[in-house]
Amino acid sequence: MSWLSDFFGDPANWSGPDGIPARLLEHLEFSALALALAMLVAIPLGLLIGHTGRGGVIVVISANLARALPTLGLLVLFVLLLGTASILPVIIPLVLLAIPPILVNTFEGIRSVDPELRDAAYGMGLTGGQVLGRVLVPVALPLILLGLRLSAIQVVATTTVAAYTGLGGLGRFVIDGFATKDYASVVGGSVLIVLFALAVQLVFTLLQRTTVSPGVSRRVKVRQVASGRETT
Amino acid sequence: MITFDAVTKRYADGTVAVDNLSLEAPTGEITVFVGPSGCGKTTSLRMINRMIDATEGRILLDGDPVRDIDPPKLRRGIGYVIQQAGLFPHKKIVDNVATVPLLLGWDRGKARSRAMELLERVGLDPAMGERYPFQLSGGQQQRVGVARALAADPPVLLMDEPFSAVDPIVRTSLQDELLRLQAELNKTIVFVTHDIDEAIKLGDRVAVLRVGGRLAQLADPKTLLSEPADDFVREFLGHDRGIRRLQFVGTDGLRLRTDLTVPAGFSGGSPEPWVLAVSDDGRPLGWLRGDGGGGEPEPYGTFRPGRDSMRSALDAALLSPSGCAVAVGADGKVVGVATREVLDAALAEAADG
Ligand SMILES: Nc1ncnc2c1ncn2[C@@H]1O[C@H](COP(=O)(O)OP(=O)(O)OP(=O)(O)O)[C@@H](O)[C@H]1O
Ligand SMILES: [Mg+2]
Repeated sequence: MSWLSDFFGDPANWSGPDGIPARLLEHLEFSALALALAMLVAIPLGLLIGHTGRGGVIVVISANLARALPTLGLLVLFVLLLGTASILPVIIPLVLLAIPPILVNTFEGIRSVDPELRDAAYGMGLTGGQVLGRVLVPVALPLILLGLRLSAIQVVATTTVAAYTGLGGLGRFVIDGFATKDYASVVGGSVLIVLFALAVQLVFTLLQRTTVSPGVSRRVKVRQVASGRETT
Repeated sequence: MITFDAVTKRYADGTVAVDNLSLEAPTGEITVFVGPSGCGKTTSLRMINRMIDATEGRILLDGDPVRDIDPPKLRRGIGYVIQQAGLFPHKKIVDNVATVPLLLGWDRGKARSRAMELLERVGLDPAMGERYPFQLSGGQQQRVGVARALAADPPVLLMDEPFSAVDPIVRTSLQDELLRLQAELNKTIVFVTHDIDEAIKLGDRVAVLRVGGRLAQLADPKTLLSEPADDFVREFLGHDRGIRRLQFVGTDGLRLRTDLTVPAGFSGGSPEPWVLAVSDDGRPLGWLRGDGGGGEPEPYGTFRPGRDSMRSALDAALLSPSGCAVAVGADGKVVGVATREVLDAALAEAADG
C-alpha cells in the first residue's frame, strides 16, 4: 500500500514530461488516434460490404489476419523499420489491430438486420442510401458499438506494451519502474492502466445508452399509458 | 386501375414464377390473388411496385407503365403491407406511420398529426404512438403496418398476406377493419393470401393462380363458388363450397314468425313443439317445450336479418334443438323466428338461383 501513496503522493510524479498527466495524455492521444483512423477505414468499409453484400471475403481475411498477427512483433518490426523519431511505427500497428473488430462487427451488424425490415424500407420508397442510413445503421448500432469497444480495449492495452519501443504512455511507469527497481512506479502505473481501461468501458457504456434507440435496446422506462383503451 | 399485360417473370435460376399473366385490378376495388404456395402471388404483387421487375410484358398503373417510373418515387405512391409488418424497431409508432409523409417532404408537425389520426382510424389508441414496435402485440403491429401504408393517402395498396401471422380471432377483426376502412377510402387494393376463405370474404374480385403463375380463374367470389372454372379451382375451393356460397345469400326476404315467443314464466299450453322464452326487455332466454315439459331453457342461436347471410341464419338454426333461428335487431331484442320450413324454402331457392 505504501507503494501507492509513494507513487501518487510524490509531487514530482504530477508534473513534467514524465509525470502522470503527460503520460495519461500521451496514452489517450495514441489510443484515440489509432482508433479514429481505424474507424475511418473500417466503418465505411463494413457498411458498404454489409449493405451491398459484395466483398465479404475482405471481412473474412481481416478477421483471420487479426487472429494470426502478433501485435508485439509488428510493433517491433515497424520501430526497426521506421525508427522512433515519429509516432508512426506505433500508430500503424495499432490501427491494423483496431480495424478487424470494427470491420467484422459493422459488417455483421448490417448483414444481420431482418431482411423483412430491409424489404419494408425499400417497399415504402426509401432509396438505398436512406435504407442504410435511416434503418440499417440505427438497428445495427449495438453491434457497431460493440466492435468499437472491443477495438478500443485492445488498442488501450497494446498502447501500454508500445512503451517498450521507447515511446510514451502509461506503460512507461511500469517498464521504467522495472528497469530501475522502482516498484512504487510499477504498481502505480498498473493501477493507472486499469483505471484507464475502466474509463474506456464507461465511455462506451454511456455512448451505448445515449445513441442506441430504446426501441432497439428494448430499454424503455415502464410508463402507464394514460387512457386505458387497448385493442388487439 | 392496375393492368397486367402478358406479364412473365423468369428468375435467374430459370424458375418461371409468373407466366403470361393478364388481368386488371379495377380502381376502388379489392382484387385478391389466391393460390397454393409457390404459385407466384408474391412475385406478381411485387412486380407492381417494382420490388421485382417483370421479365416480359407490361404492368400499367392507370395506363402508365411502371417500368418508366423511378422505383422510390413509384413506391412512395403505393402503400405496401407485408406479413410481419416490418415496422422500424428504432422508431416510435407515430414516427413509423409518418415515414412516407416525411419522405414526401411534409413538415414534421403535419406528418405527426396525420399519423395520430391514422392510428385512430385503424382502431388503435393514439397514446400508443409513443411506444416502440416491440411494445405492441402482433395484431397491433399489423394495424400499424396498415396505418403506415395509408399515411400519405396513396390510391393503391398492396398487401402480402398481411394477416396470416396472427391468431384467427385477431385475423377476423383485422379483416373486418379492412373492409370498414375500404368502405370509407375506396382504395385500389391488391391483396395476396393463400387462404381461400379470406379471399372470398375480402375480394371484390378473386384471381385464383395455379403453380407456375398461370391464372386459373378471375371472378367475383359468388361466381367463383358457384361456377368454378375447372377441377383445380374446384379442389382449391374445398369441400363445403355449397355451404360457403350461402354467405352470399341474403336474409332480408325471410318470413319471420312472431307468434312463437312467450314470457319468461311460461308453464306450458302451447300447441307448438317449441316456443322461445323472452325476457321482459325483449331478449331471448332459450327454447322451452310447448307442453311445458323439460325444465331449463335450451340453447338458441341468433342472426340479424338483412345484415347476416343465410349461412349465419342456418348456423343459428343448427345451434338450437327446435331447428329454428332467432332473428334479433341491432339492439339484441327478438324480432321474430325463422322456422325450419322457412329456411328450407330459402335454401331450395338458393340452390336454384
Ligand atoms: N428470388 C428468387 N429466385 C428464384 N426463384 C424464386 C425467387 N423468388 C421466388 N422464386 C420462386 O418463384 C415461385 C413463386 O414464388 P412466390 O414467392 O411468388 O410464391 P407465392 O405464391 O407468394 O408463395 P407463398 O404462398 O409460399 O408465399 C416459387 O417457385 C419460388 O420458389
Ligand atoms: Mg408469398
